[in-house]
Parts: sequence; C-alpha cells; structure tokens
Amino acid sequence: MAATEKSLESEAIPYETIDRVLDTYKGDPSAIIPILQDIQEALDYVPKEGIGYLGDQLGVSPAKIYGIATFYAQFRLQPKGKHTIMLCVGTACHVNGAKLVGNTITDELGIKGGETTGDGLFTYEEVACIGCCSLSPVMLIDGETYAMLTPKSTRKILKDFRGKTDEQNENE
Amino acid sequence: MHDHDKTLVKVGLSTCGIAAGGYKTYDVLEKELEKADIDVSLEKTGCVGMCYREPIVDVITPDGKLFSYGDVTEENAARIVNEHLVQGQPVADLLMNEEREGVVGTQNRISLRNCGIINPESLEEYRERDGYKALEKALKEMTPEDVIEEVLKSGLRGRGGAGFPTGLKWRFTRQNPGDKKYIVCNADEGDPGAFMDRSIIEGDPHAIVEGMLLAAYAVGSNEGHVYVRAEYPLAITRLEIAMKDAKEAGLLGDNILGTDFSFHMKIKKGAGAFVCGEETALIASLEGERGMPRLKPPFPAEKGLWQKPTCINNVETFANVPWIIYNGAEKFAAFGTEKSKGTKVFALAGKMKRGGLIEVPMGISLRDVIFGVGGGIRDDKKFKGVQLGGPSGGCVPESLLDTSVDYESLVKTGAIMGSGGMIVMDETTCMVDMARFFLNFVQNESCGKCVHCRLGTKRMLEILNRITEGKSQPEELELLEEIALNVKEGALCGLGQTGPNPVLSTLLYFRDEYEAHIMDKRCPAKVCRELLTYTIDPELCTGCTRCVKRCPTEAITGEKKEVHVIEQEKCIKCGNCFDACNFDSVIVE
Repeated sequence: MAATEKSLESEAIPYETIDRVLDTYKGDPSAIIPILQDIQEALDYVPKEGIGYLGDQLGVSPAKIYGIATFYAQFRLQPKGKHTIMLCVGTACHVNGAKLVGNTITDELGIKGGETTGDGLFTYEEVACIGCCSLSPVMLIDGETYAMLTPKSTRKILKDFRGKTDEQNENE
Repeated sequence: MHDHDKTLVKVGLSTCGIAAGGYKTYDVLEKELEKADIDVSLEKTGCVGMCYREPIVDVITPDGKLFSYGDVTEENAARIVNEHLVQGQPVADLLMNEEREGVVGTQNRISLRNCGIINPESLEEYRERDGYKALEKALKEMTPEDVIEEVLKSGLRGRGGAGFPTGLKWRFTRQNPGDKKYIVCNADEGDPGAFMDRSIIEGDPHAIVEGMLLAAYAVGSNEGHVYVRAEYPLAITRLEIAMKDAKEAGLLGDNILGTDFSFHMKIKKGAGAFVCGEETALIASLEGERGMPRLKPPFPAEKGLWQKPTCINNVETFANVPWIIYNGAEKFAAFGTEKSKGTKVFALAGKMKRGGLIEVPMGISLRDVIFGVGGGIRDDKKFKGVQLGGPSGGCVPESLLDTSVDYESLVKTGAIMGSGGMIVMDETTCMVDMARFFLNFVQNESCGKCVHCRLGTKRMLEILNRITEGKSQPEELELLEEIALNVKEGALCGLGQTGPNPVLSTLLYFRDEYEAHIMDKRCPAKVCRELLTYTIDPELCTGCTRCVKRCPTEAITGEKKEVHVIEQEKCIKCGNCFDACNFDSVIVE
C-alpha cells in the first residue's frame, strides 16, 4: 500500500490537544466517541501513539479505545493527503457506474479506496450516499461536487487537478 | 424573518441543492439583487423533493403567487433577477410550475409538510405554519395518556422500517417503572440510497424537536438524544439552530410554556457504523461503546439507555407526530390502508427520470410511484426491478408492480417497507451484481459479534464474487441459498436477519440471470467485466493507437493506421480500451 507512513514514526504525542479535548468532557469515559471525534477534528486524524495516553487519562484500557477507533468508519489513524477524493458508492451511484469511476481513479492515481498517494497529494475514500443521487455517479474533491461521471471525464478531472496542483507548487 | 409585503426569493439549500451548486446560485442572486437595488427578501429553504431539478429557486410575490424555477445555474440566476424581478417578466423557459404541480401537487405531504417551503433556520416561519401548536395543545388540553391514545388511534407505525405501532411503544415506555426515562431520535440513516431523514432534518428541524417534546410529555421523560450521522453536517447545524431558538422561546428546557414540564435535548454524532441504526447498537454507541447489538428482550422500552426505559423512534416518525396531535388522529388515519395508516416518504433513485423525495399515501401501487410520481425510467429503457429497503430489503420484479405499498403486502413479495429507499433498475442493471453490492455492504458493516452474520455473509459474498467472475460451479447456487436461509434464522440482530434478503429475492425472481452467469459464463446486462469479451471492429478502427497505449497488459497489437486486434489470452477486461476509443470501435459482448 502506498500510504504515507512518515508522520507515524516521528510525530510526538499531541498532549496539548488531547488535554484540551479531555477538559471539555471532564474526563468522562462514556464520552470516548465524541473525544475521538474532537481529536480528529483538531488534528485531522487520531494519532495511534496518543491512544495510550488517552487511556491513562480516562482510566480505560488503550485496547478499548483502539477497538472503538477501529470499529467506527469515521476515525482515521493516519493523516490525510492534501486533497481528498470522496467517491460515492451508494446504491444509486453504483447502479449508474460508480465502480467504473473507482477503477479509473485507481488506475490514474495508483491507490485503492482508503489509501493516500505516496506523495501525500491525494487521499481516495469511498463513501456512502452523499445525497445527490439524481446527479450520480458523483465524487467530491475537497468538497466540490463532480457529477455524472464517466471513466473519461474522471480521468480528465484528475489530470486537470494534478496539473493545477503542480502549477501551484511551482508558484509557491 | 421576512416581511410579507416583499417578494420572496427562496433557494433550495439542502445537501442535494448544495451539491448541484445551490450556494453559487445564491451568491449570484445576492450580488445581482444588490446591483439591481431592488427590495426583495432572499432566503434559504430545504429540499422540496425534486432533487433532479436542483438548484431550485422559488419567487413568491406578496400576494402569494409562486414562480418555481429549476436547474438555476449561475447564468440562469442572473436572468431571473434581471428579467423577472427587474423587468417583471417571468423567465418562461426556466419555469417549472406545471411540472412541480405534477410531481409535488399529486403527493400528500405530512412529514414533508414544510420541506422546501419554510426557511429551516427560522422558528418564526415554522410557527406561521402551525408549528408548536401541537405542543401547546398537548400541554394545555391533554394528559400524557390522551397524547398516547391519539397516536395509537392514528395508526402511526415506526417509519424506520420495522413498523411497530408508535403509540404502543410510548405506552410501554410510560408504563415501565423508572426514575428517569429517555427519548432517542434515530437519525443514523445508513441505508445507501436513502436520504429521507436527512432531508427532513435539513428542511424542517423544528418538527423533530416538537415531535420529541410530545413523546417526552407522553412517556414522562425530561431528556432526549438525537443520534445523527456525522456525515450529515448540515442536518446537525440546522438542528442545533432549531434547538437554540426553541430554548430561547421557552419551548425547550425547563418549565416549557410555563408548565412544570421540562425537556432537555442533546445531539450525538454517530461515527459511521451502519449497525448503529439497530436500536440496541445505537444505545451502546450512545453510551460510548462499540455499536454492537444485544439480544432482545429486554426491549429498550424496559431497559434502554443507561438501563432506563427508553423510547426510540425514527426521524420521520417524530415528524408525523405534531401534525397528528394538531390535526387529530382521524385525519391521519384517513390516509392509507387498514393496517398501514398515513403517508410514507420515499427516496427515489437509480434509473429514474425524476430522482428525489416524495411522500405518498400508503396503499398506492409501486407502479403509480415509479411511473406516476417518479416519471418512469431514464432514457425510456425497460424497467427490470425495484429494490426496497436497501440492503435489508428485496427486489420486486415487473410482474409485481401492482403491489400495494404497505407493510404487509411488501413483506409478501420478499421485500420490506424499510426506511423508504427505492432504487429503480433497468435492463442495464445486473441483478447478480446488485445482490453482490448489497451483500458486500452488509459484510463490511457486520459488527462481528455473532458467527452467522460475520462468517455467513462472508461465505455468501465469496460465492457471489465467484459467480460474477464466471468461476462458480452449478451446485454453489444451492449452497448460497442454504447459507442465506441459515444466516436469516441464526443472526442476532436485524442486520444479519435481513442481510440475505437481496440475495434471496433476486434468486427468487431473477434466477435465470444467476444461471446465465454460472452455466453460460455470460452477464446478460453486460455489467460483470470478467464475463465480457472485448473485440475491435475492423470497419470502425482507424488505427490511432490510443487503445494500444492505454492497455496495461499489452494485449492490443497493431501499428499506426493499421487495424488493432485484442489478444484474448492477454486481455484482463479492464475496459481501458473501450474508454479510450473515440470511434466506438471497441465492442463489448
């Protein structure tokens, strides 16, 4: 898998963020889910190495927290790429060819659903219905909707996107 | 907050409207209105249900005349301001009043009564349409028992899918002893292809607050939780605004409307687990645990959240309640059939001409829903089947299209009412692939607690994968059926008990498609890639080498300006050549 592993090795435990979140919930162990949600909102992911500390503070075993963090689809234990592609794989999009669009994304970027490109540029996620069934198949890139996709249009969108990003990088 | 002497301009800004570019439309309207310097009031509204026409803009004159515009792109938005609002000339080619009348006018809207009409962020507009009058009526004129009696009389049944009588649930919760009781609103709408609950919360959040207040008064509770999917950020925001406004107006909190009835509400964000739609799993998740279901009984009405009597209802159920209390049970019960009263909201999607949200009386036929309100099949292709109830439901074939939409009749077909997702499929949909799609979903979402669901669905999925890849043996069909029946019988909760339904119903009605895959290694709908053959039509091929370059396995030979040929042994059926060809010369069979 081409996921970025770099921030996993070296990043220090974000004590400050965890303490601040714990404070809002007064260390309530039944609030593990909202605590994890707030940590992810602040850091964009739940750092694995923070789980032990979190467990100590709550008086709950790290295994339990890890279990919850991996049970729910919302939590990410790795940081996201710069741009997030969310491909809708709800029923309506499936019927209208979301799988072909997904294959195209995989072919173009070399990553499967749930992975991030090696250069940390794109994270590709497959998500349940995002509610624009009448525009299906649909994907969101950084929140912007791209509708009625075909393999052809998908490839063009990704190419254009990559081109734009390269330009920005040169300018920076 | 608007003033009725002004013309109103409303932009549909629910998730569907926003996805179609509603905010851009809104911005252009705002800018153009400012430029034109005319005094109209620009507002947001929810989803009127015609998602296929979003962004939708309504212009309402002070005398109440409605001009409804569809497909309002940025360009069209400027035209509406300049032609209609400045020059007083409605933009005829964008108007869809007639179409709206045909789609929305033919429905009976109770849960959706305010969606797409009021500004969901305005308490005042909700109150103008009889909002919180049911609460007032209940607190001043009715005892809690009266409220329960009224809901029972209305015949309202749980709209989450199972169809348990709502009034009975409330009575049990009231009768069970407990120093504390909870109300929970299940807004963990996880069925892929269903968006009824989201649209209701986004379009009319006060209806949920009022519905929960009425339930709380009836069962004797002072604390409620709304469990909403985190994927519905807009719904959460609008509900938060509604709760804040209601609290400030003395409609929520302590001593509501000056009585000794108090009720406090909290929102809990779900974290993405389909199984949490199951009530005991939802309660576990509310308590901060993994969302795993447990054996019932005891039912939540006896031992629910924190082991206290808990009344859990679905969003749509709550949205019906204020209307029932205010208008009376008889009016509600006048809609529907003997055992299924009232109306039901459906999310129409798939190969529909008019995808969107509709609310129709129970007892209407599937045909009337799909070919009447829904406008029939996209591109006038041939209808094949309709999937009801998502991954827990089943597929109804054309021969049963005259089935009445009510809880009992749908179960007889092998489908279920479910929460209201209706996915329409045409001749280009492969039913084996559909069954595989739903089973894959169930497999992924199985919480892993019970063996039948965890392993049974896995084995079933493996068989379906083999069938769609052309690698299966004839005897596997019987094995598939056997495992399916075992999972149905042995699983602990609703997810596993209903998960095999899509497989069983497609096996019942579309067995020939399974057999074509297994015996003839052929996918009649041309969907299962491994069973397709790609060839190049020598007449149409120009020898441009586009496909040669895109083939990942070098299976295509041929120099520039020569006819290309695909070597079948090397072809992995990725479809790249088909997508690459500009001359339609790649044939798929």
